[in-house]
Amino acid sequence: MSTRLLVNSFTYFIMKHTEKELIALKEEVSEMWRLVLSQLEKVKQAFLSNDVELAREVASREKRVDSFELKIDADCENYIALYNPVAIDLRLVLSLIKISITLERIADFADGIAKYIIDESANPESGDLKEDLQVETIFDAVIEMLSDSYVALESENTRLSGKILAKDETVDEIYRNAVKILAEAIRDKKIDAENGLKTMLVIRKIERIGDHCSNIVEEIVFYIDAKVLKHSRNNA
Amino acid sequence: MLETRNIDFYYGSFHALKNIAMEMEDHTVTAFIGPSGCGKSTFLRLFNRMNDLIPNTRLTGECLIDGEDIYHKSVDVTNLRKRVGMVFQKPNPFPKSIFENVAYGLRVAGISDSRFVAARVEESLKGAALWDEVKDKLKKSAFELSGGQQQRLCIARALAISPSVILMDEPASALDPISTSKIEDLIHILKKDYTIVIVTHNMQQAARVSDKTGFFMLGELVEYNDTKKIFLSPEKEETQNYITGRFG
Repeated sequence: MSTRLLVNSFTYFIMKHTEKELIALKEEVSEMWRLVLSQLEKVKQAFLSNDVELAREVASREKRVDSFELKIDADCENYIALYNPVAIDLRLVLSLIKISITLERIADFADGIAKYIIDESANPESGDLKEDLQVETIFDAVIEMLSDSYVALESENTRLSGKILAKDETVDEIYRNAVKILAEAIRDKKIDAENGLKTMLVIRKIERIGDHCSNIVEEIVFYIDAKVLKHSRNNA
Repeated sequence: MLETRNIDFYYGSFHALKNIAMEMEDHTVTAFIGPSGCGKSTFLRLFNRMNDLIPNTRLTGECLIDGEDIYHKSVDVTNLRKRVGMVFQKPNPFPKSIFENVAYGLRVAGISDSRFVAARVEESLKGAALWDEVKDKLKKSAFELSGGQQQRLCIARALAISPSVILMDEPASALDPISTSKIEDLIHILKKDYTIVIVTHNMQQAARVSDKTGFFMLGELVEYNDTKKIFLSPEKEETQNYITGRFG
């Protein structure tokens, strides 16, 4: 029997209390996940429409994400100390610790982008440049990676992992193109160097979010299939 | 090396062990885990033929130590039990002094050289990490020792006859955590010189002390693998359900 969240009330009633604790832990991570997803969606909207108010909202909610990380960390430590989990239970707890750390980092990137929008509100990039850089596409890609990995954990199914990891390739490609486009724009003086570099940093943050989503997928595969993908994908 | 091939064992008509095949390397610790009545202690007791003492039992298959079938007609059971020592769940010292408890096996074997016996007793008590605690009271009754010390005395008694294999049937289940920890430390040390097989109901103990773990259920060896593998990613769902406490 696995620790599925989707249990009916009778199953929950007869479940061991250690399993109920695990389900509660998993639900905490899911809640954090939903918050981080919402942060990403909002910061994308804020960036595309230069919406400073929305960016401020993202920045102000960053502390909630940090609180989630601390709480999940403490709860996982307690679970290990009190229940000595093994096998799939141990893998789940270890994965949840790492996933919550990774989600917090993703939220940090969203916060960094939000602060950039606030700081640079008087000097926004042109809509044409954003289009050339495929900002919306790269944002959508990482949001999809994060939401697909959420579904993978909720449904305890790693079939989506291949699709998510493939999406990271798309993200990397958009990032590489963006570097070229921005270098060219700076060289041709279509954009000043400082602005160009700052925009580059935003794109870089989104690309890093993609990397973190891949790390989350690796944790899910470790939990469900007991396979270690870390550092092996490039060699595969 | 300990090895079994196609072992089936019956208590009367009850089929207690079903087609068990297993190999245990020298100088390793192997833990047997499984729910009560699964056959793990029965299997353990095959290796020093303790089950021979139970009437109306029947064994088929081969049970080998260093390639020799220990159930062959030519095998002297007394000699076998010198090679295969055993420690039980409850410490069972004899109503004798600490010294005489350890010397007992040597005396039964006809060794009368008192210097040799004294040296062997000291060596065995040191081997069981008990010497420092009892060296000044060797003539005192073994019953004056604490439960944990009594269990280490029984281990010393097993070591005195220079076995190559030590069987332990829940050796720490009646002990407090500190005594348990001493027994577990001792198992790590003894592994250098002996092959150890331990039956335990304590999952964490199996994880802490053993190199390999065998999971038994309803007389079958469900899974046998490296302990790390069993406790992180067991291959069989039954193993996972048992060690995570979902049944058993």
